[in-house]
Amino acid sequence: MIILASIRLALRALRRNLLRTLLTMLGIIIGVAAVISVVSIGNGAKKQVEAQIATLGQNVILVLSGNVSRGGFSMGFGSAGTLTQPDLEAIRKEVEGVEGASPEVRVFSQLANGNQNANVQVSGVSADYLSIRAWPLKSGNNFTEQDVRGATKVAIIGQTTKKTLFGDSDAVGQSIRIKNAPFTIVGELAAKGMNMMGSDQDDIVLVPFTSALKRLAGGTSFRSISVQAVDAKLVPGVQHDLDDLLRQRHKIQDGRDPDFLIRTQQEISNVATSTSRVLTVLLGSVAGVSLVVGGIGIMNIMLVSVTERTREIGVRLAIGARTRDIMMQFLFEAIALSVIGGIIGIGLGAWISGRLSGVMGSPTVVAANSILIAFGSSALIGIVFGYFPALKAARLDPIEALRFE
Amino acid sequence: MTPIIELRDFKKTYKTGEIEVHAVRGVNLTVQAGEFVAVMGASGSGKSTLMNTIGCLDRPTSGAYLLDGVNVGRLQRDQLADLRNQKIGFVFQGFNLLSRTSASENVELPMLYRRPAVPAAEQRRRALESLTKVGLGQRGDHTPNQLSGGQQQRVAIARALVNTPKLLLADEPTGNLDSRTSIEIMGIFQELNRGGMTIVMVTHELDVARYAKRMVVMRDGRIVTDQAVEGMSSAQEELARLDAEQKAVNLAP
Ligand SMILES: Nc1ncnc2c1ncn2[C@@H]1O[C@H](COP(=O)(O)OP(=O)(O)OP(=O)(O)O)[C@@H](O)[C@H]1O
Ligand SMILES: [Mg+2]
Repeated sequence: MIILASIRLALRALRRNLLRTLLTMLGIIIGVAAVISVVSIGNGAKKQVEAQIATLGQNVILVLSGNVSRGGFSMGFGSAGTLTQPDLEAIRKEVEGVEGASPEVRVFSQLANGNQNANVQVSGVSADYLSIRAWPLKSGNNFTEQDVRGATKVAIIGQTTKKTLFGDSDAVGQSIRIKNAPFTIVGELAAKGMNMMGSDQDDIVLVPFTSALKRLAGGTSFRSISVQAVDAKLVPGVQHDLDDLLRQRHKIQDGRDPDFLIRTQQEISNVATSTSRVLTVLLGSVAGVSLVVGGIGIMNIMLVSVTERTREIGVRLAIGARTRDIMMQFLFEAIALSVIGGIIGIGLGAWISGRLSGVMGSPTVVAANSILIAFGSSALIGIVFGYFPALKAARLDPIEALRFE
Repeated sequence: MTPIIELRDFKKTYKTGEIEVHAVRGVNLTVQAGEFVAVMGASGSGKSTLMNTIGCLDRPTSGAYLLDGVNVGRLQRDQLADLRNQKIGFVFQGFNLLSRTSASENVELPMLYRRPAVPAAEQRRRALESLTKVGLGQRGDHTPNQLSGGQQQRVAIARALVNTPKLLLADEPTGNLDSRTSIEIMGIFQELNRGGMTIVMVTHELDVARYAKRMVVMRDGRIVTDQAVEGMSSAQEELARLDAEQKAVNLAP
């Protein structure tokens, strides 16, 4: 008997008992829908985190000040910065494969242009910062190394801050007061928009880190330095050399915990996604269990169906059905149950994901591979849980089956 | 010429736990092509056991069974299935049609398991041909519960004939039918037999057995009588006589 005929036979048998068919499918439908929507939430979260990490720039290694203790790093890391300007210069000069390096000294400050005021994050950075973050200028210029060395009072302004303080008029060449010190605006940043967390990246002012330390923050150390490698392939080497250099400079003995922490972009994104991944796996396996329960439901109904149709099986055997023919008939019935259930479940899951992303205000991503996996696993469930009932049917003795009441 | 059925010292023993049931205790039977045999005997005498073996649904415990020259005792389950599909047509007491399935689909069923496969159009054509043979050419779309008992048994006969078997086996084909319908079914059997079909039929009723050409009587798993039927009935004549009698009392139009 050809496969096509088996499929037709299976579909007809399922149509004959439509209500039972639907109820049997329900387990698979719910299971698949749950898997699809949970995974889509997980995918959405992952995309979100990846997008955030990507805003750090390309091939970036972060050096964080702070001390690492066993099992993590102490809470106060960065509060007393251990990274200094000489560290930064050493990194630039002595580590091979470094494209650029910039600290970030963050201060919230009151800004003023005439009687226009704004409370804005002021970041003290080096001249490399813009290229590290791949952030182009809309107009004007970046500040120079001389500006950094001389702690000049120059600033680059983000689009949102510019709008607040200057409206639509040109800001380059104008002066603003940061903590009452006058800074000259030399450049306007291109608009970057919201980040995935919903905060406005354009509400910012950049100044040379030397100026920030001297005039705004006080102190002489940084919490972090972003180092950009020339090439993705060089990242591990640069990371290793940075570690060597800073251990040497900070006089950390071998085997002791350093007072800094080096993280590549990859590591940061791993940490960030691992939480959401754990959650996805956890919820996904709960959903997976419901798939298995759905499979057991199918097996149950198939066993009932085999018993009910014992006489039919007897007739089929008597008129010449081979063991395999009967096997196929019932196996295809189970597969049809689970696959049709799976398809409905995928549709339902996609719909639920859409609603969820609306409700939660975060994106959900129904990936093609999760659809394929859901489809494949429902087919597999049909085969696994349909096998035993089909075998039971195929092994019936024709005489006994014909006599069955 | 090779006989269609050749049983040599056929024995069948069922084991249920410790108890052995000797259902058939040594039967020698040869049926040539074109015969019409009625098997009779008391309940439990082994008729169905004999028929199941002849029908390749079961294998002998000992002795040999040759169907159309093929030794059945050596065949595997699937080989037996193929043999049943190609050489044997079954008619059961309880009709055994698939419910909620049209008559023509029921008749097509044996072709579903035919190897090599029969094209769908050919399946439909042959099903219709077979239904026409039993006088139900117009009822192909009806499901079993829309048909009378006699009509259902006709569909079952059409199904048994659709793969052009060498042998038609019927275990109490009239057991669930009234006397007139029984005669109609016997009429179909006689006509098929006239066309060359070999038929073996189990029946409890002597009246029904008289439509066959040869009668075999079993007792306790053995054949005690095996003879030609004397004064064989003709279903055609019987039906004509019945019609005349019924007309007399206005039972029939
Ligand atoms: N599967 C089986 N297991 C055990 N004993 C069986 C089995 N099938 C038949 N028998 C026994 O074999 C004997 C013959 O049974 P069989 O069905 O052949 O009789 P029968 O002549 O067809 O009777 P009936 O006219 O009532 O149909 C009986 O004693 C029966 O109990
Ligand atoms: Mg019997």
